[in-house]
Amino acid sequence: MVDDTPRQAKPGAPAQGPETGTFTVKRGLAEMLKGGVIMDVVTPEHARIAEDAGAVAVMALERVPADIRKQGGVARMSDPEMIEGIKDAVTIPVMAKVRIGHFAEAQILEALGVDYIDESEVLTPADEVHHIDKWLFAVPFVCGANDLGEALRRISEGAAMIRSKGEAGTGNIVEAVRHLRSIRGDMAKITGADSAELFEWAKHLRAPLGLVQEVGRTGCLPVPLFCAGGVATPADAALVMQLGAESVFVGSGIFKSEEPSTMAKAIVEATTNFGDPDILLKVSTGLGHAMPGLEIEDLQTKLAERGW
Amino acid sequence: MKAGVLALQGAYGLHLDALDRLRIPGKEVRKAGDLDDIELLIIPGGESTTISMLLDRSGLFEAIDERISAGMPVFGTCAGAILLCSRVRDGRPDQRSFGAIDITVRRNGYGGQLQSFEADLDIDGVKGPPYHGIFIRAPVVEQVAPGVEVLASVRGDPVVCRQGPVMITTFHPELTDDDRLHQLFLRQTDDPGRSLATA
Repeated sequence: MVDDTPRQAKPGAPAQGPETGTFTVKRGLAEMLKGGVIMDVVTPEHARIAEDAGAVAVMALERVPADIRKQGGVARMSDPEMIEGIKDAVTIPVMAKVRIGHFAEAQILEALGVDYIDESEVLTPADEVHHIDKWLFAVPFVCGANDLGEALRRISEGAAMIRSKGEAGTGNIVEAVRHLRSIRGDMAKITGADSAELFEWAKHLRAPLGLVQEVGRTGCLPVPLFCAGGVATPADAALVMQLGAESVFVGSGIFKSEEPSTMAKAIVEATTNFGDPDILLKVSTGLGHAMPGLEIEDLQTKLAERGW
Repeated sequence: MKAGVLALQGAYGLHLDALDRLRIPGKEVRKAGDLDDIELLIIPGGESTTISMLLDRSGLFEAIDERISAGMPVFGTCAGAILLCSRVRDGRPDQRSFGAIDITVRRNGYGGQLQSFEADLDIDGVKGPPYHGIFIRAPVVEQVAPGVEVLASVRGDPVVCRQGPVMITTFHPELTDDDRLHQLFLRQTDDPGRSLATA
């Protein structure tokens, strides 16, 4: 269990009356989103299509990553009015993104009452050294990670959900696969390490020793591990679920495809039935064109390199 | 005895962990055929609209409905409670539920995630220290028909209800290692003529 003493009046003692904003309820929502698809949406109409297709949550943002990549410029938190419109349009949880280190944007989104904040490399970082101290907030945070060390650093700052960064807006799954394999691979190695080796692992990963020891003991991350970045087809979703992701974020992959509603439903069904090739075949058939993809080596900006 | 856990979306893995700790063989249920060799079913927390849609698309809705009508014991937590109740408020118009327990629930009745909370509960039939309930965007039980037992309440709202072989909680026992609610459900299935005193 992550040490959440900063938010508890009596460390270790169970809450007596109703208590909100605890790490347990933050991580609890992430647990409830497992096995589901979280879809990027830029309008209330998109949000309705996502909910109709079976999304477990929507991510409200101004431009999907593929457009941020194309249009350039500084990408910031979305207009609260636009997020409010999306909140009104759906009954499922609404998430929104803030720039890395931009705690004032996070304060605004908390005041707005979003259900989760993504401190995201898809937006232009606001701080080149510090991520947000997420323990100061009652709203839960999800953060991206390329490897286990980065995941554990974000958890030590209070993130209640980790997602792979992948390479957003490319429709290319290769980076998400690299990140998931790296995180899961190092977790497996740590689980087999002896207690002396864990000190070296903590140094090697630049991660808090306590969290490294917890991974060693449990074999799991202390919070759910989701996949993001480059998911464009039902097969992509099934691939990352089989590699150990517990849910899937789809950014540009739905609304940059030829038939967004059909694609969205198919990715939802593939995420549920990720181990059943017969169902995967059925839902992968007749979807129209997926979003256009990009080669990673041709990219001018690699979003996954943002954050540390 | 084999227990099925509806595994379309949500915290089904945590319910399987609880069954493991209680040494009850558990099984993921994703399609109608998976119901054949199970004696009881758990519907986990998750997103009720998503689970409802996936039940529809997989043909599982009718198959489960038939088993519930035939008396299969079912335990629903949070989204599971929404799927088992008779009437849903603030749901989607196309959202379906089994009508297995005669209560009315309001989805996200406490509000959004910032209103999610934990609280200690005294539950009829659960002995020992208070049960620590974790409520995530929880539904509120607004009406309870005669014949439904209310086993625990928070601020006047029922949070554990039971009617015959069907039990619901609006919080998430699967988020803790305290298996007393799973035990309560399982005991009730052992003994259809159960009384609270023996639970």
